[in-house]
Amino acid sequence: MTQVHDTLAALRRDGSGALIGYLPVGFPDFQTSVDAAVAIAENGVDIIELGVPYSDPVMDGAAIQAATVQALAGGFKLAHVFEAVRQIRARVDVPVLLMTYWNPVIQYGPERFADDLLAAGGAGLITPDLIPDEGADWLAASDRTGLERIFLAAPSSSDERLKTVSDLSRGFVYTVSTMGITGARSEMDGAARALTTRLRAAGENFACVGLGISSAEQVRDVLSYADGAIVGSALVSALAEGGVPAVAAKAAELATGKSESK
Amino acid sequence: MTDLRSETGPYFGAFGGRYSPESLIAALDELTEAWESARNDEAFLDEFRALLRDYVGRPSIITEVPRFAEHAGGARIILKREDLNHTGSHKINNALGQVLLTKRIGKTRVIAETGAGQHGVATATAAALFGLDCVIYMGEVDTERQALNVARMRLLGAEVVPVKTGSRTLKDAINDAMRDWVTNVENTNYIFGTVAGPHPFPALVRDLQKVIGEEARQQVLDLTGTLPTAVTACVGGGSNAMGIFHAFLDDEDVALYGFEAAGEGVDTPRHAATITKGRPGVLHGARSYLLQDEDGQTIESHSISAGLDYPGVGPEHSWLADLGRAQYRPITDAEAMEAFRLLSRTEGIIPAIESSHALAGTLKLGRELGPDATILVSLSGRGDKDMETAGRYFDLIDEGATQL
Repeated sequence: MTQVHDTLAALRRDGSGALIGYLPVGFPDFQTSVDAAVAIAENGVDIIELGVPYSDPVMDGAAIQAATVQALAGGFKLAHVFEAVRQIRARVDVPVLLMTYWNPVIQYGPERFADDLLAAGGAGLITPDLIPDEGADWLAASDRTGLERIFLAAPSSSDERLKTVSDLSRGFVYTVSTMGITGARSEMDGAARALTTRLRAAGENFACVGLGISSAEQVRDVLSYADGAIVGSALVSALAEGGVPAVAAKAAELATGKSESK
Repeated sequence: MTDLRSETGPYFGAFGGRYSPESLIAALDELTEAWESARNDEAFLDEFRALLRDYVGRPSIITEVPRFAEHAGGARIILKREDLNHTGSHKINNALGQVLLTKRIGKTRVIAETGAGQHGVATATAAALFGLDCVIYMGEVDTERQALNVARMRLLGAEVVPVKTGSRTLKDAINDAMRDWVTNVENTNYIFGTVAGPHPFPALVRDLQKVIGEEARQQVLDLTGTLPTAVTACVGGGSNAMGIFHAFLDDEDVALYGFEAAGEGVDTPRHAATITKGRPGVLHGARSYLLQDEDGQTIESHSISAGLDYPGVGPEHSWLADLGRAQYRPITDAEAMEAFRLLSRTEGIIPAIESSHALAGTLKLGRELGPDATILVSLSGRGDKDMETAGRYFDLIDEGATQL
């Protein structure tokens, strides 16, 4: 299972980088969330990052919190994520990663979760509150199933930790652009570029940058040095304000940042 | 002879750990190393002990309460008076220690979460004493039911941020404090208020609170010539309980009881009895018992006491529960309020509603253990902050009367 790796490698051969789009399952309702994910894939998003709504999302800012609170209030259940992956994969040929806090996976059972994600056609997991040090269960489940596993690297991470994160991630390393939580920022500092350089020195092949990216110009800037640009809150806000047509348009606009990036 | 006292984390059996965003790991490492060095540095410890003596008023006394004990099957009951500390609860022990540690690592801004407001007041107090910027996150529900503590924190120079997300109580205040910390970790230290959270907080807060049990163990020996039959405390996150339990962990003949908030009853959805009704999971950076649904979503807790209104519990308590070393039992709002009134009327001591859960549990325990038992109770805080809740609960305030 190397969907994400293969996608990033193919884009690199073409001299491009990946636009990675985040949307939570169940927002504003289950079917619209599936339609929205399909729509962004049809409008230039190369890899879908599907968010699993969780009651205590400490890495998320106001836009994503509001969306996931609404999804939970609307009756989101964990089993819905597998159905969402299945439906999206049936309609578009892009890899689908899940972005999930760790407790829902513990309660479902990491092995069972991996099996069900694999069966649904999912590519792997991004785990914002699971560091490799605590990840023995997930390392075992992902090794057995071949699912890709994306750990995070932060500007504050030591070189030793970057090496561990790089060695144990499969697919790419989620390169946290700035010290903070999710949410659009008008300006990104130079930390992402420096961290990407440090990750490459630590041996990482693919570094994709997330947190704060909300415009085509920022996508273009990030893809000038990294392998992917991850956009979340800006897509969620577009979906909240204008539904599927608006999120599709936002994705298309962001994708213009890919064309002349390298 | 067991050796439970020397456990320092990050794991307490199957519990604990660091389930935190990578962005915080460097800060957690820094705190871990700073505490490792500080706890072995006599100059640091002397400064801490001097503050506890000259500022907090330690050692806190113990008080035997025979008129209250008449209602507990005649068992001998001795209170450890953390309510007499400066700022009114045990929370100041931890806040001062962590503010000293903040100075040691050179940070200039502190943040904290608070439920009842006691930890927020303690942190605001310590920040005022050392001239640090201070921001306190407090659930909006709690700012309403603990308005006086909000005023105290503001008077002390802290900014109080009412948290409007989620259940708008302690758990969401912790989430927002974590988000602040991730963003401002370069100049900011998180003064965590209880023995939960990612390592090193459970061990760090326990180490700063264990003075409660160390003093009380000797005081009870001096008073009675022997160790108590049982030690009791209320448990929300569990810092006063770990503080008083720790000195007794390897005294195998001393039974340990933690009393959790059962709210309207553990068979209703409205309670905060985490160990009684929860199962292991990860919340706020540690693996521990947790109130959660089948999907691992945290369930909102309920207690009349803001300080116990938390769906998690410190990992060391989960470990002690699984080992059978400590027992955890639920106490309802009604039982706690009855004990609140009883201690006030029989002994002239108005306890915090949090501590009243320990008192209510002790009344039941005394009847089980009989008149030969001696029970040491952690009276973790005083009830001044709870007068509005009590006034409404017992209908003590004249209709139309307002406080000017």
